[in-house]
Amino acid sequence: MEANALHDLTPAYALDALDPEDARAYEAHLARCERCRDELAALTEAAGALALATEAPPPPPDLRARILQEAQRERPNVVPMRPRRLVPLAAAAAVAACVAVALGIWAGSLSSKLDRRDAELARQQRVAAILATPGARTISFARGTLVVAKNGEAALVVHNLEAAPHGKTYEAWISAGGTPKAAGTFDGGGVVAVPLEGSVKPGASVLVTEERSGGVDTPTQKPFLSVRS
Amino acid sequence: MREYAAMARPFAHLSDEAVVALVARSDSEALAELYDRFGRVAYGLALRMLRDEKLAEDAVQEGFLTAWRNADRYMPERAKASTWLLTLVHRRAVDLVRREDRRRAEPLTERGEPAATESAEDDAWLRFERERVQAALRQLPDQQREALELAYYGGFTQSELAERLGQPVGTIKSRMFAGLARLRELLAEPNGETAWKPTHSTT
Repeated sequence: MEANALHDLTPAYALDALDPEDARAYEAHLARCERCRDELAALTEAAGALALATEAPPPPPDLRARILQEAQRERPNVVPMRPRRLVPLAAAAAVAACVAVALGIWAGSLSSKLDRRDAELARQQRVAAILATPGARTISFARGTLVVAKNGEAALVVHNLEAAPHGKTYEAWISAGGTPKAAGTFDGGGVVAVPLEGSVKPGASVLVTEERSGGVDTPTQKPFLSVRS
Repeated sequence: MREYAAMARPFAHLSDEAVVALVARSDSEALAELYDRFGRVAYGLALRMLRDEKLAEDAVQEGFLTAWRNADRYMPERAKASTWLLTLVHRRAVDLVRREDRRRAEPLTERGEPAATESAEDDAWLRFERERVQAALRQLPDQQREALELAYYGGFTQSELAERLGQPVGTIKSRMFAGLARLRELLAEPNGETAWKPTHSTT
């Protein structure tokens, strides 16, 4: 198909009104044609508005749970806002808020900064951590941030950490002299925000080791991460 | 989900786009937030197209799972997050409506759809948007509106529309283009009531 004929497919593509063959040809063309990309973006906003014009009864209440369950099955949560073990809700909420605020700022300033997004994210996470827990101390280290609230509740934010290998997990520890105490496990991948179990007293260190899935009671590996509060 | 409830929707203050950024990082709570914002409108769209509750649920589920899988490809500079998500649901519904051959022959503009289900949960923002888009649609010339509705809600391809309406494909293309372009203008116009803003949207 000639380019001109392909340009003309933009409105139908925006409405999902092409047969599969034309849709494929158009998509191939789209990769090369900036004019069509711009026009498509504009027309898609208009087409998308048509979705809002419908009225219907609400979806069945269990649909939400089914979607979330299937999503979890396909790809387990790699940003555990809650650890598997019990943790004070306030700490979990504080960390969720840190990261949430950080990403909010981040997404707002995203355009054309994709390549710098991790640096940006790290900076804004620190800002966000301070915002989210007034009076909390934030200890930055090369790969993330440790946030310690006045009462010792703490959260560890690590970025660019690879997902733990199959059968393994990452485990955080609080070390205040003596045997480190287990402080929660996480699986890595992208940004990780873990509320730590236990209290981080001034001078204590937070360590992270790689352990077998499910975690262990005392570290068996050398920490690959160590942060002094 | 008890703990989740206790956290009182930690993402409530985020823009739609930021929620999608979290979904891209495999945060299932962000996916839940996205569903809480758009599940209802997605289902309304799918039900209107498919006229079958089970098929509509399938379309919504597949649309959200596609979002879950592909959120890292979402480009905020290209589309609003809501548009992106609803496009995914729409595409699934189009696939289903074609496969099940559920495309209907009767006109698609209906007045008799059940507004009786309106509840307190029906988000005021959605109601506002619905009325705004419906008003804009009413302002389109009949032929343009017909082309948009049959294509978008009916799932007809442009060639099927041409045949059905007894017009050359070129005419259908022009009507679609003119209809969408005009709709876009109409929706961009301030209408004196826009003081109302959703708390979670950046737009």
